[in-house]
Amino acid sequence: MAFNGLISATVFIPTLGALVIAVLLKKNSHVFLFARFVALLNLILSALVLFSYQISESTDKFKLVDKYEHWIPFDSFKVQYYLGVDGFSAPLILLTGLLTAVAIFSSKNITHKIKQYFICLLLLETAVMGVFSSLDLFLFFIFWELELIPMFFLIMVWGSGRKNYSAMKFLIFTLISGALILFGILMLFASTKTFDITLLPSLIKEESLLIPMSIMFFVFFIAFSIKLPVWPLHTWLPDAHTDAPTAGSVMLAGVLIKMAGYGLIRICIGLFPESVSEYSFIIVILAVINVIYGAVITMRQTDMKRLIAFSSVSHMGFVLLGVAAFSGSYDDKVTGLVGASLQMFTHGTITGLLFLLIGYIYEKTHTRYIPHMGGLVHQMPRLSVALTIAGVAALGLPGTSGFISEIIIFIGAFPVFSWFTAIAVFGVVLTSAYILWMIQRIMYGPKLDRFEKTLDASVYEMIPVILLIISILFVGLYPSFITGIFKNGIIQIIG
Amino acid sequence: MEQILWTIFFSPLLSFLILILIFKPFFAKMDRLSSLVSIFAISLSTLLSILVLLDLSINQRVISFNPNEFLVIGSLNFGISFILDELTAVMLVVVTSVSLLVQIFSVGYMSQDKGYIRYFAILSLFTTAMLGLVLASNIIQLFVFWELVGLSSYLLIGFWHHKPAAVSAAKKAFIITRIGDFGLLLAILYLFVQKSIFIENSLNPIMIQDIIFAVNQGYLSDFFVTLFALGLFAGAIGKSAQFPLHTWLPDAMEGPTPVSALIHAATMVAAGVFLVGRFFPVFENSVIAMNTLAITGGVTAMLAALIALSMNDIKKVLAYSTISQLGYMMLALGMGALSASIFHLFTHAFFKALLFLGAGSISHSTGTFDMNKMGGLRKIMPWTYVTFIIGSLSLLGIFPFSGFWSKDEILSGAWSNSGIVSNIAFYLAFITVFITSFYMFRAIYMTFHGEFKGGISKKDLHESPSVMLIPLVILSIASIFIGFIINPIISIGFIPSHWFSDFIGHGGVKSHVNIFSNWFVYGATLISLLAILLAYQIYILKNLLLIKFIDKFTIFRKILINKYYFDYFYEEIIVKKVFLNSLAKGLNWFDTNIVDRVFGAIGWIGLNMGVLLRQIQNGQLQTYGSIVSLGIILIMIFFMFL
Repeated sequence: MAFNGLISATVFIPTLGALVIAVLLKKNSHVFLFARFVALLNLILSALVLFSYQISESTDKFKLVDKYEHWIPFDSFKVQYYLGVDGFSAPLILLTGLLTAVAIFSSKNITHKIKQYFICLLLLETAVMGVFSSLDLFLFFIFWELELIPMFFLIMVWGSGRKNYSAMKFLIFTLISGALILFGILMLFASTKTFDITLLPSLIKEESLLIPMSIMFFVFFIAFSIKLPVWPLHTWLPDAHTDAPTAGSVMLAGVLIKMAGYGLIRICIGLFPESVSEYSFIIVILAVINVIYGAVITMRQTDMKRLIAFSSVSHMGFVLLGVAAFSGSYDDKVTGLVGASLQMFTHGTITGLLFLLIGYIYEKTHTRYIPHMGGLVHQMPRLSVALTIAGVAALGLPGTSGFISEIIIFIGAFPVFSWFTAIAVFGVVLTSAYILWMIQRIMYGPKLDRFEKTLDASVYEMIPVILLIISILFVGLYPSFITGIFKNGIIQIIG
Repeated sequence: MEQILWTIFFSPLLSFLILILIFKPFFAKMDRLSSLVSIFAISLSTLLSILVLLDLSINQRVISFNPNEFLVIGSLNFGISFILDELTAVMLVVVTSVSLLVQIFSVGYMSQDKGYIRYFAILSLFTTAMLGLVLASNIIQLFVFWELVGLSSYLLIGFWHHKPAAVSAAKKAFIITRIGDFGLLLAILYLFVQKSIFIENSLNPIMIQDIIFAVNQGYLSDFFVTLFALGLFAGAIGKSAQFPLHTWLPDAMEGPTPVSALIHAATMVAAGVFLVGRFFPVFENSVIAMNTLAITGGVTAMLAALIALSMNDIKKVLAYSTISQLGYMMLALGMGALSASIFHLFTHAFFKALLFLGAGSISHSTGTFDMNKMGGLRKIMPWTYVTFIIGSLSLLGIFPFSGFWSKDEILSGAWSNSGIVSNIAFYLAFITVFITSFYMFRAIYMTFHGEFKGGISKKDLHESPSVMLIPLVILSIASIFIGFIINPIISIGFIPSHWFSDFIGHGGVKSHVNIFSNWFVYGATLISLLAILLAYQIYILKNLLLIKFIDKFTIFRKILINKYYFDYFYEEIIVKKVFLNSLAKGLNWFDTNIVDRVFGAIGWIGLNMGVLLRQIQNGQLQTYGSIVSLGIILIMIFFMFL
């Protein structure tokens, strides 16, 4: 039994906050204030997690460990309460803290069921933080499933458009992914008698498994593919994004789909490295399809949110590409995986920012239909600058974090799969085409009369925007800080 | 020395930051002060750059500095560091001095503009990026600044973002250059395939000097070298607007004219030439790459010059002229004449900036770039007229203007090589001299001679203010003398003969050309004069015989006015028909109607299975009993056959 407490606090303070909102607070204004307070507190805590990880001198694989071995103390079904971080998860925890704060701060125009709204967002934060820090597979699964409920309600209750359909679709796809994970971890438990992520890699051998390792790998791979999402299992994502409220989209694109990338690296690579190498050609083909197919379809979108949603499909293909580099030399492996994990981080901030900005624009113009827009730079100079920065970051311009993660992935994957990577690199050209075209159609051109009275974002609304821009530029201009941390984690996972 | 280089680089960067973070949000009213900050910063860089060049010419040496930690991946350190060699020193002077003059000119030209601070901020950003590009010591760093230069270009072309044409042009420029950058990026990635070879020889695959060393030592296969060089060249084609990726540059003229002078004539578009120059030993090791350079350059020089004949927009004439001149530089590189190419880059930067600023001065007065609405301006704008003539004569390569020296070095370079490629290249370059002279003087006659045909009252025409004329005069002086001064055929004073050729091409073989010993030097001047005479006959004397003769070639003219249908082919056929309306539309249909439907169908099956199974759960004991018995029978059968 070890107890540090910091990581447990980071995971459960949002739940505590949600409880306080549910039970104690009556006035709406108090709910707003308190939710912001909790979000900010947790942002600080998650930064502290990263900081403590950095300065910790412990040589263990996982640091800041909170462990209680007898949580479910049956010998035949031993589940531990086991949280901790390594270099791979610590930055993702910070990402979660950052984006939840952004989501909560930007939600100032919620008009109905305010209490429930913030409770959902805070529970969502607990779930995601839990996924990133669980070192026990069963605990991991509990958090994985917990994420489903608040997100379902966020789309269903505060969404727009075909929200019931989209929420159900999201629910069913995620449930299937959860069922596969449950099946997988129970099979693992049946074979090894433990859920402990730190012990499992040494216990898993082909002969000790009840079913062949490659099947185990595919069970998990498909589960995470649904969530990432990987073609052709991606169809829930554009619908969920389009109909979710702004904060929901920010969370969904920013952190929820990163849980899948996290699972891919932590579980698929951590536990079944041989299978990943063996089937990396399937992974790379899917990666290229994701990148190109996503980008080409993005070109045809006329709804701002749907456009960014499909661009996410394209960008998550790069994560997959980095994972595919796993069949290469040790150097290529490390490079590819560091790139993939950095891509998760940068995509979280960049696409989170894009959804946030588009949410603002939608709030102010009451339209998301791109052909109806234009010339908004005249009314919204601030949002226009911010959208340009987010856009060039998304298309991987040097100086922004998007470039760093993409180039690292390419450097890792190109020596392993030259031709496939070359095709994926062309995705960068397509990305610049759809991003610049979108910015042009929304922002530029002559002033339109129907947006005469449209307002720019207020200074308050710009705070989360600036926060995200700073993080994008920081990683873009000084990448070695965060890549160093990711690298520590990745090297330990590869072993 | 390292501190000086950092100062050169940081000074415009600091100006960018001050303008964007302090002036723009807080002191938006003090726009004149903001331009002073920017001009001061760039002056400092200019001064230091000249000092660096002088220092380097006295103590010839190549300096590279230890990298700072930026990014460590695997076993490689992607550090930021600078390299200082002759090429860098020359480029530093070109970039900073033209930037300085253009910024001074802009104070007058942009004085009425609402985006004044933004304009100067992005100019500073551009200069920073361009300086970073020429100073870069590793190829990733080079790529970073290469892209940032592209960003500044995007922002400046689309500077007047209320004009849809400007925004479209900006987007087009960015995307087309990115297609070239795709090749450049693949070339960079290709280095990592050979990583082990580099590491075995304790080299770093991203350091430019190490790459060149490895190529010269023959560590890398010929196939690799050729492919790598062609990848680099793809980047250069995009950036330097060579055929077939040239279409963005004429459209880029939608940006403010000083921007066209700086970015789309003097510096950024020359970055492709610089890139090839930077990796020149790599190219020299591949015959295929060299021939590709020469032919692309020659074809570009000729075809672009032909389009310039048909343009009526003075900036478009100059834009196609720029493409054509960049073609000359590429051609020279393909002929192995590195020093001639960089020499032409140097002189071209000044006379083409001069011509563009001249065009800016004209439109400042007439409010248009359409030469059909000009005419007779030489009396109203004498300074602009004289300087424009000087720039044109330099472009034509008339003795003793600076273009004469550099252009004839290129011709000599092509002539002295043997082989069919060199012959083709030489004649392409030679004939282009004639076309160049014709379109330039056509432009001069239409603009400055004859009667004014503009839409505005003649009283509103005026000569530009002195803040705009001073840069024109300085650039004129440079356009007259600089070619002879930096690369004289005999030593003058403290400048040794063939200084520039020796400086850039040290160790090279093609230096010390006595251009006066070649027939084509006189031939080129002769056909130049002939072309001027022809233009005079047609546009001033209106010689009916010649005009009728030209009218017989209407098909030819139609092709030229439509720019060989490149834009039509790219935009209408490739982008709209093939990509957006077939591929993307088809995939989108596939996604919504097939992929999504399949999952819908799975859901439907699940739902209906439920309906079916529900029939059994009807609450009647008889049904349950019969099902139980059926089950028992099935189990018994199963065990009996086991």
